[in-house]
Amino acid sequence: MATIDETRTAEGSEETPKYKVIGTRPIRHDGSDKVTGRALYGADIKVKGMIFGAVLRSPHAHANIKSIDTSKAEAFPGVRAVVTSADLPEPGDKIAELGEGAVVLNHLSSNNLARTKVLYKGHAVAAVAADNLHIAQEAASLIEVEYEVLPPVMNVLKAMEDDAPVLNPDVRTEEASTGETGDKPSNIAKHIVFEKGDLEKGFADAKYVVEREFRTSTVHQGYIEPHVATVLWNNDGQITVWTPTQGTFSVRSQMAELLHVPLARVKVVPAEIGGGFGGKISVYLAPAAAVLSRKAGVPVQIVMDRADVLQATGPTPGSFIRIKMGVDADGRLTAAEAWMAYEAGGYPGSPIGAGAMCVFSCYDIPNGRVEGYDVCVNKPRTNAYRAPGATNAAFATETVVDELCEQMGMSPLEFRLLNASKEGTRRIDGVTYPRIGLVETLEAIKNSEHYNTPLTGENQGRGIGSGFWFNAGLKSAVTATVNSDGSVGLLEGSTDIGGSRTAIAMQFAEAIGLAAEDIKPAVVDTDSVGYTDVTGGSRVTYATGWAAYEAAQDLKRQIVSRAAELWEVDPDLVSYEDGSVIGPDKSMTFKEIAIELSLGGEPLVGRGVSNHNEPGGAFGTHLVDVEVDPDTGKVDILRYTAAQDCGTAIHPAYVEGQIQGGAVQGIGWGLNEEYWYDEAGSMRNANFLDYRIPTCYDLPMIDPIIVEVPNPGHPYGVRGVGEVPIVPPPAALEAAIYDAVGVRMYELPMSPPRVLHELLKKES
Amino acid sequence: MAKKRIVTATVNGREEEFLCQPRQTLLEVLRNTLGLTGAKEGCSNGNCGACSVVIDGKAVNTCMVLAVEAEGANIETIEGLAPVDGLDPLQEAFLENAALQCGICTPGFIMSAKAFLDENPNPTEEEIRFSMAGNLCRCTGYDKIVRAIQQAAETRCAQSASCEKETV
Amino acid sequence: MRDFEYEAPTSLADAVGLLARSNGNARPLAGGTDLIDHVRTGRLSTDLIVDLKKIPELMALELNDAGLRLGAAVPCYQIYSHAGILENYTAIADSSNIIGGMQIQNRASVGGNLANAGAAADSTPALIALEATVVIQGPAGSREIPVDQFCTGPGKNVLEPGEIIVELKFPPRPGHSGSHYRRFIPRNEMDIAVVGVGASVVLDESGENFVSARIGLGAVAAKPFYAQEASELLAGQPVNDETIKKAGEAARSVIKPITDMRGTEEFRLHVTGVLTERVLKKAVERARG
Repeated sequence: MATIDETRTAEGSEETPKYKVIGTRPIRHDGSDKVTGRALYGADIKVKGMIFGAVLRSPHAHANIKSIDTSKAEAFPGVRAVVTSADLPEPGDKIAELGEGAVVLNHLSSNNLARTKVLYKGHAVAAVAADNLHIAQEAASLIEVEYEVLPPVMNVLKAMEDDAPVLNPDVRTEEASTGETGDKPSNIAKHIVFEKGDLEKGFADAKYVVEREFRTSTVHQGYIEPHVATVLWNNDGQITVWTPTQGTFSVRSQMAELLHVPLARVKVVPAEIGGGFGGKISVYLAPAAAVLSRKAGVPVQIVMDRADVLQATGPTPGSFIRIKMGVDADGRLTAAEAWMAYEAGGYPGSPIGAGAMCVFSCYDIPNGRVEGYDVCVNKPRTNAYRAPGATNAAFATETVVDELCEQMGMSPLEFRLLNASKEGTRRIDGVTYPRIGLVETLEAIKNSEHYNTPLTGENQGRGIGSGFWFNAGLKSAVTATVNSDGSVGLLEGSTDIGGSRTAIAMQFAEAIGLAAEDIKPAVVDTDSVGYTDVTGGSRVTYATGWAAYEAAQDLKRQIVSRAAELWEVDPDLVSYEDGSVIGPDKSMTFKEIAIELSLGGEPLVGRGVSNHNEPGGAFGTHLVDVEVDPDTGKVDILRYTAAQDCGTAIHPAYVEGQIQGGAVQGIGWGLNEEYWYDEAGSMRNANFLDYRIPTCYDLPMIDPIIVEVPNPGHPYGVRGVGEVPIVPPPAALEAAIYDAVGVRMYELPMSPPRVLHELLKKES
Repeated sequence: MAKKRIVTATVNGREEEFLCQPRQTLLEVLRNTLGLTGAKEGCSNGNCGACSVVIDGKAVNTCMVLAVEAEGANIETIEGLAPVDGLDPLQEAFLENAALQCGICTPGFIMSAKAFLDENPNPTEEEIRFSMAGNLCRCTGYDKIVRAIQQAAETRCAQSASCEKETV
Repeated sequence: MRDFEYEAPTSLADAVGLLARSNGNARPLAGGTDLIDHVRTGRLSTDLIVDLKKIPELMALELNDAGLRLGAAVPCYQIYSHAGILENYTAIADSSNIIGGMQIQNRASVGGNLANAGAAADSTPALIALEATVVIQGPAGSREIPVDQFCTGPGKNVLEPGEIIVELKFPPRPGHSGSHYRRFIPRNEMDIAVVGVGASVVLDESGENFVSARIGLGAVAAKPFYAQEASELLAGQPVNDETIKKAGEAARSVIKPITDMRGTEEFRLHVTGVLTERVLKKAVERARG
């Protein structure tokens, strides 16, 4: 089908296509519903008899809860149920695996409904269900909570000080390498150290050394759809949850653990999901809605508003990072050291581990040390956000690299080509890379028209930055049901956040020899498909695509054996090739044989599962031109090109979309987005007016360059795509701002007041 | 409690009568009373455009309109855009250009773009970006959305004689 | 949202009567783009919302030799689509075209923007520059006050219970005049002004000298205000970078900016000077035709 923009492939564009379906751009299967308003997202779900909930949230950033009096709310006309943490089972000290790493249940439960303390402004304290939302909201405001207000701890370095108020009495510092924990409560939940080679020697060998400190602000995923959950606790104890989520099976586990009910009693039905970026994995509303439903005897829907979303969900950590790097006279990196502290929010669990692994991931460094801290502060409990932890780290490392290049008088691109990680490079955390495509992204940028077009205007500058993300494999299941007309229904458990239905269907179609349009993919509930891990870690196209490939192989085997029966020949003489089953003297297309087999015998159903964990890390390199207004510090983006190794681009238009969208989230993070807190720890910009995500008027077209270095660990060479593109932008922008007006920015966001401050400092 | 009001309005070409409280926004009534859930609630204060519909030819945020204000209004929502036998050029263009990922902002974008193109059938990229700034998308980076609106403008121009290229 | 009643009177007298009867708990509604959000979040409470859009006087838009009369509830899009306003009262068209997005501009009114008395209101500095007069109707009758005396503090104005703004009156524009409003925002659209500057200039026939100038500043003090000294020092001066720079310096010397989520004190101080210069230059360009 027609599309306006053509993929620009860095290599292999003149070869004959390897695939028939892969690499084409079919219309997505769910497209019509989504452009006509028919698709049902979380808040569009209406269940018979449903009533509406509202959540009372803490006005304080840090306080002990002395008492909660719900009597006035309960007496309010139209109120059907009121709940507090007393209505959730006591979580004890259990640690559970909930589909996204181990979680201390007490923390997850308390994050849903605060038990003894509130740890951030907006922390849920109680919930009301009523005949309509207006009544529920008014009744919630009648709940009387007595707080003992405590001093808030809003900054990672302050929280690490010995005399800082401690948020969680049960948190003690865990040494990641030994698993040992400290002897007294602390805001530092975890301490990580990675080492490689001889750091001292490495720096002694360096001719140039740069050491800098960086600060980044808390930022939010900013999905447009607020969180919502609709729950029915049925009379027979069966619980049904309708919710937009990145992981139905994860929600099922969380609900079973938090409510102390058997897994089999929970069914999670995925609504269409209006964005997530990592932030729609944890449950926030469903447990409260469940206990409200149990009390009220009818389904309960709770929807957050935007202020709730910003104040109580999401964010990715603010951070403090110190980076020191050294290079020898030839421009080769000799040593690198990082000290990183990430804000976990109210409960432990920042992505410091990933940040510490990513911080030097783009470079081949012989000697290194990385030290990381996971630190609780009075901000919302952080959650995954697109390459969690990597963007903060890349901003710091890439800026130091840019300064080293300046000192050496070396082109930042040539420096990266010389020092880039490649197959066989061992990261400081010990992992050795398989075949990766960082060098290819650098070459793609080097060969781009953008790179080869010089800037001419005043106050204009160009910057480059690279970034990495691991990607994930994990478990997926797919069921392929063959219809009597030869079309195929594909049942899958991966909720579709950006077109993955089609990317999975295309891999199935490629494998079985059909067109993408012959496949009808459906994302189904937890009772209707095999276990599938979250839509996250850039894993769906890789892992669920692989499961779909396996389902096709299963069907092919069945078809070969059934065709042999039908034709009364030895199965060894029958094969399946290129969309047809071929016997000694007969051949039938998939459709023909499917129709034939539907006339008699068992239905044809294929099964595919995957649990492969060679997702093939992915790299991106971005190039940006900016113009800085020297009198206001405002940064305008003139041109943007993003090259990324995608392994194999299944649906190039959606691969481009991931690159463009990720880049723009990174641009927002780099230039304007930040949580702005007052001294009491209250977020003052909890709305889309002052939490400033980019609008279309802030951007030029974003030019994607798809680089395809096939992943040897996947039947079609797929690497994850979604996460990498958020990583390079802040760093690339920093370099461009410096190139334009000669000031270094060591703090995110690089907002006009900060840039102007540096410009004025430089002038005086 | 304020008495419910009867409001009569034209919704997607049909006269509709609905009951509402003064405190209900038009968005709430469209979604919960009339079952038109294509308009989405993204921010509740006029900053994201996900709830955009066209009223009397103008795009508005329905989270910022009281339902009682709609008396006598002509309301067009995403549900009424497509002809019975196909899709509107804007809807086609969004699909062909992969201009949506999660799709939650799509109905609002399409309705805003419709009102915009009705007034400015042959816009520049700059004009599109300026006028669409009230619709937020967090997935796409806007590139493909802008291209889709450009394509739809061309298609609409080709279908209509009234669209003349402006010369500057 | 808390419960409230709604009325949509068709006459000024009825509107004033309704507002006056409810002990200050009634709220007038024009575009609703601030009011509905404030009521939803509980920042404002109300028993009665009085929709003013059915009152002819508030929807009037008249431009003739006597000047411009702009009904308080006229939505922004009608203002920036009006050829005469674009030509002669350009600053107010500039403001109307950047308040919120297109969907907001199709509802929001300049009268409402003024009545909300936000320090950063985008239209108020332009109204000040263009010397608007606020026509107010209340239980005690009608009164008029200069626009720069209307706001009294953040969210506060001179309106007494029961009073509403009926319209804004602008004097006719002299020859060789031009005006402009511009704000600084971190993004390119959709933000609240960090600094807002409206200016109107009148030049002599040669176009080389200022006859007079009026500068209104927003977002740099508790309320938008007339920068008197900066304005008056331009009268009789030649149009050049030096005099314009002086006006910019005078503007920044009288402001009392704060640091908040939108900008720092340092930023607002510096940018007030920068923006005042840029706005004056644009107004001069327009005055010269």
